[in-house]
Amino acid sequence: MRKLLFQNLLRLPLTVAAPAPSEQALAELGAKLDQVARRRLGRSLAIREVDAGSCNGCELEIHALNNAFYDLERFGFHFVASPRHADVLLVTGPVTANMREALERTYAATPDPKWVVAVGDCGRDGGVFAGGYACVGGVAEVIPVDLHIPGCPPNPVQLLEGLLALLQVQ
Amino acid sequence: MNASSLRTVLEGGRPVAGHRPWPRVIVTPELWIALSEGLAGGAWTLLGLWGESGMAHLAAHEPSTGTLGVASLPCPDGWFPSVGRLHPPAQRLERAIADLVGLQPVDAPDSRPWLDHGRWPVSHPLGLATPSIGALPPYPFLPVEGESLHQIPVGPVHAGIIEPGHFRFTANGEAVVRLEERLGYVHKGIESLLTGAALERAARLVGRVSGDSTVAYALAFARAVEAATETIVPDHAHWLRALLAELERLANHLGDIGAICNDAAFALMLAHCAVLRERVLRASAACFGHRLLMDCIVPGGVAADLPADSAKVLRALVAELRRRFPPLVELYDNTASLQDRTVGTGFVRPALIRQFGCGGTIGRAGGRAFDARRQPGYPPYDQLEFATPVLDESDVNARIWLRIHEVEQSLTLIERILERLPSGPVRGALNRPGQPCEGVALVEGFRGDVLVWLRLAADGTVVRCHPRDPSWFQWPLLEAAIENNIVADFPLCNKSFNCSYSGHDL
Ligand code: SF4
Repeated sequence: MRKLLFQNLLRLPLTVAAPAPSEQALAELGAKLDQVARRRLGRSLAIREVDAGSCNGCELEIHALNNAFYDLERFGFHFVASPRHADVLLVTGPVTANMREALERTYAATPDPKWVVAVGDCGRDGGVFAGGYACVGGVAEVIPVDLHIPGCPPNPVQLLEGLLALLQVQ
Repeated sequence: MNASSLRTVLEGGRPVAGHRPWPRVIVTPELWIALSEGLAGGAWTLLGLWGESGMAHLAAHEPSTGTLGVASLPCPDGWFPSVGRLHPPAQRLERAIADLVGLQPVDAPDSRPWLDHGRWPVSHPLGLATPSIGALPPYPFLPVEGESLHQIPVGPVHAGIIEPGHFRFTANGEAVVRLEERLGYVHKGIESLLTGAALERAARLVGRVSGDSTVAYALAFARAVEAATETIVPDHAHWLRALLAELERLANHLGDIGAICNDAAFALMLAHCAVLRERVLRASAACFGHRLLMDCIVPGGVAADLPADSAKVLRALVAELRRRFPPLVELYDNTASLQDRTVGTGFVRPALIRQFGCGGTIGRAGGRAFDARRQPGYPPYDQLEFATPVLDESDVNARIWLRIHEVEQSLTLIERILERLPSGPVRGALNRPGQPCEGVALVEGFRGDVLVWLRLAADGTVVRCHPRDPSWFQWPLLEAAIENNIVADFPLCNKSFNCSYSGHDL
């Protein structure tokens, strides 16, 4: 059974075979990302995801970046478990008052040079949750943000586009 | 066992007019205590416990008769008799009431704050909302005593792409002797944002209480509004709502099955399940315009009808999943090294599951058959035949199998819905209430039963709305599930539960 599955895996690489135009754009985008990342950092990019109060919708789409359709790792991007290993903080949510300190500490623990990407409408300005007693607002209220990727949630292609944009402006 | 039925006890209270579809009654402290005792006796299930200025509310269900009701206790002096004193599942809910509303549960076994971490500018935001007194003393974790015990604090920021929360493990060597959860980090003050909100904004907010369950929440909110305003929803909309709900269940279960196996270092399963999940999301986007199906269900119906080729897209999706999923199930079934990790791991006593009224796959993998699609039930499920898979083993393996069965069941349901999808309008005009009214709804999400209770003003704006996530009655059982398991199996247990932080923290 397992052999068969492995064969399936080898026979049908989804990322290449998928015909939709968005897939092509994705492949192009990926190649560009790869080049720029290498030029900027001379190596791959390590991303640390921080949920600072999200509804978990943004996390689901960030997760999707790892599936075989988007396969983020083929571009040299990978998610790391510790901010100490990270180049990029990918922050979601309308930073809650209860998460503020944890976010500040995570930022402080990330070595320079580092970039912060605020994901989602919430990460931009608090989104639907803005204005209450429990949320501070967008990520930029707490730590310096280099790029916003709006959307509720942004889909995986938009997330990839955002990462590319980040590298171009830096 | 209880001498009197839930209905008898509720009949002792004073009915509140304009609360639908179940009764709400104002009760005396004596009746409130009788209700707590009935819950503790096990004949009834606690569905929710929340508060507002001067009043505590309790929703309960009697499985044997299907009776549902809300009891409200006026608290003119700012306190109410603790339910958690007799019935532990109420404890965290009471702590949340004390934090948010300022009503004190008298004789409560645990008086520590829960959602309030001392970081808000106000105290009791849903009550008097007085300026906060500032930082609270450090949170007192439960004391532990004994030889060669050590503690492992984890979080709130975790290693993976997951939500934040704090876990305090006390271990003896490798074995966990106690896990204590500390939640509330993603508290967004949603209930306070809902107060005074117009229906459209409120629907968007409730649809984002827990993003993975946006359909379930939007449906529960819409049904509560429709109950309150006595709005008739067109038939076509009911069926589209079920289609949305089953797509959401499918996507989440597929994601979970892969993720649980991945936490047993079996990445192959995650890779394949993630592809299937992505296919569901793409079909969802093609048919409903949003990958996670946010804002598709609105009070009165659904936001838009299906585009022309949707049935084809969905049938192709079902066919693809029917082709790709069974080999994965077989793979799981035949991989002894994987089952070695899942069988017997994270066991929860079925008695505890019943006591907590724990729903969803955790409940049904532990012998509790409850499924809100059946009881109280709602259209179109009353016209659809479907089995409720139930297992008794109550371990990680059973939770995986339960999800596998429910994936298969959702595929069948999607086919049946497509066959019988009626035509007609997708949205009915909401009745204008004209006077204050109240509604409540219970809906089966992929994680379990979502409760939404609300009160609308005469102009249709929200006066008070309380969404209760299934996780409230699941998180405490994770503490029980991990006991005597090794620390390394925690991710596996946790993923097999997949509780919502955001839904719980509100
Ligand atoms: S942007 Fe939308 S999906 Fe993302 S956390 Fe906010 S509400 Fe959730």
